[in-house]
Amino acid sequence: MFKQTYAITVMNLRAIPQRLGTSSVIVIGIAGVVAVLVSVLAMAAGFHKTVANSGRADRAIVLRGGSQAEINSSIARDNLLTILDAPGVQKDASGKPVGCGELVTVVNLPKIDDGNLSNVTLRGSCPQLPALRPELKIVEGRMFQPAVRELIVGAGAAKQFAGITLGSHIGFKESDWTVVGIFTTGGDAHDSELIADADTVQSAFRRSLFQSVTALLTSPDAFDGFKDALTTNPTLTVDVKREPEYYAEQSKQLTKLLNFIAYFVGGIMAVGAMFGALNTMYSAVSARAREIATLRAIGFGAGPVVFSVFAESLLLALLGGAIGAALSWAFFNGNVVSTLGDNFSQVVFRLTVTPALILSGIWLALFIGLLGGLFPAIRSARLPIIDALRAQ
Amino acid sequence: MIVSLKKVAKRYTRGKETVEVLHSLDLGIEQGDFVALMGPSGSGKTTLLNLIGGLDRPSEGEVVVAGEHIDRLSGAALARWRARNVGFVFQFYNLMPMLSAQGNVELPLLLTKLSAAQRRKNAQTALTVVGLADRARHKPSELSGGQQQRVAIARALVADPTLLVCDEPTGDLDRKTADEILGLLQTLNRDYGKTIVMVTHDPKAAEFAKRQLHMDKGTLVPGNMP
Repeated sequence: MFKQTYAITVMNLRAIPQRLGTSSVIVIGIAGVVAVLVSVLAMAAGFHKTVANSGRADRAIVLRGGSQAEINSSIARDNLLTILDAPGVQKDASGKPVGCGELVTVVNLPKIDDGNLSNVTLRGSCPQLPALRPELKIVEGRMFQPAVRELIVGAGAAKQFAGITLGSHIGFKESDWTVVGIFTTGGDAHDSELIADADTVQSAFRRSLFQSVTALLTSPDAFDGFKDALTTNPTLTVDVKREPEYYAEQSKQLTKLLNFIAYFVGGIMAVGAMFGALNTMYSAVSARAREIATLRAIGFGAGPVVFSVFAESLLLALLGGAIGAALSWAFFNGNVVSTLGDNFSQVVFRLTVTPALILSGIWLALFIGLLGGLFPAIRSARLPIIDALRAQ
Repeated sequence: MIVSLKKVAKRYTRGKETVEVLHSLDLGIEQGDFVALMGPSGSGKTTLLNLIGGLDRPSEGEVVVAGEHIDRLSGAALARWRARNVGFVFQFYNLMPMLSAQGNVELPLLLTKLSAAQRRKNAQTALTVVGLADRARHKPSELSGGQQQRVAIARALVADPTLLVCDEPTGDLDRKTADEILGLLQTLNRDYGKTIVMVTHDPKAAEFAKRQLHMDKGTLVPGNMP
């Protein structure tokens, strides 16, 4: 059985150059499906990786009770000290709690590629920032100074938006800001932000409230005590989350949407490719009707003929899937793009074509090949041998 | 008796109409015979050949070939039986265009347990018998019609079948080439003892056979009865 199947499959494959046009339909169709699917999923994976990987388990973010994101939260200045005095908060050498009341606001900056204005997060933070977020490294210039209109720019934002190079002056709300540093946080969500002194941002934007408080805890285990202290305090109405949990929630909606788009668009294309595969394999069986009938007359069984049609369909599908995945990887893997995050501002992230995504694409290709080969394979088994033998 | 047909009828249904192509036919062929089946188009000679070769089943009656009631075999068993017992030669050669002459001849041996080396050797022997040892590496498209039919005969021979079934083997060839092919079949019958059943329209081709059977309207014409 295996020997027969192998022999017929090899014959079929060797005949492909004679049917290059129809065979390429299945390869190109499936390559397109897999390229689209893998690329959109790579977008979802990249966004998820950027946002969901933000934060540390030993850092907690405090928002107003019921707030979904920082942008619709508010924390009064009076509550800041209460929050940072809660048990479990790390203290620095001078005994000050390591934490910042932060506010976020949205500013407009032109994109480098098309010049269109896009929303960018301007985060007001505090002088404790380097201790609070040790992953934040200044790669060019220096840290902003308090009480001065200086800001530092995330490396992701610097690649996407114009006019924020080191030393640039930016006008927000009739105030002039100077870019004094470029920082990186290793590609997480903060890499897309501009950060300045919170008090200065409050003053320039005429705000009096913070939107979140982020505190560094003594250890990840200190979180429960910290949370309990705040949520049982009658003077506070807050939600307390570990940073990774907060950012995972932030990425969930968009990741879901991108996954939906990937599978919806990919699904529609897959149906098209499946019909392409059907057509290809039907024409392959039809073109080889006399050869198949001859093999059956000689004594080859129907099973090996059916399997050989499947094998050809699957091999062509595999080739298409591999080409699609390779195209996706070559053209999109590592590409930096941005999209609107939950703070209504752009989050810059890298498309990430992971091995798992490639495998998903290959599985889809094989599934299309399997379905596309099914009916032609059945037809090949039911081919009327006597009629086909005498066909010219 | 290597071929024995008793009270064989064959009917085909086309839509609402049923056509009986063979009517209660009896036939016997001895081992080592070379029989030419002749008759006008539609007389049922190819249908009879297909029944003898195990490509079709009778609607009624009994078909025993090489000691096997082939009308009682399942599809898969019939395929295995054909592989062991029948070599086919077709009018249009039916070679695999992507395979060399050697590859084509080796095809039936893939259904045996022979090693690759033994398959190669047997195929070369068969090609030598038909006079094409020097064309083993050629593809069908690189061979003449007569050479292609010789390759097809080598393919039919290579597994040493009990019976050679030839359907208009010279129908696509010129007279000279046809005579060469028929001479080859005659040699296979005379020198190698192969039993051959051949369908032909051509009276000159039929003269190469030991026996001629004429068919008309689904029956063997009296006077030629076995």
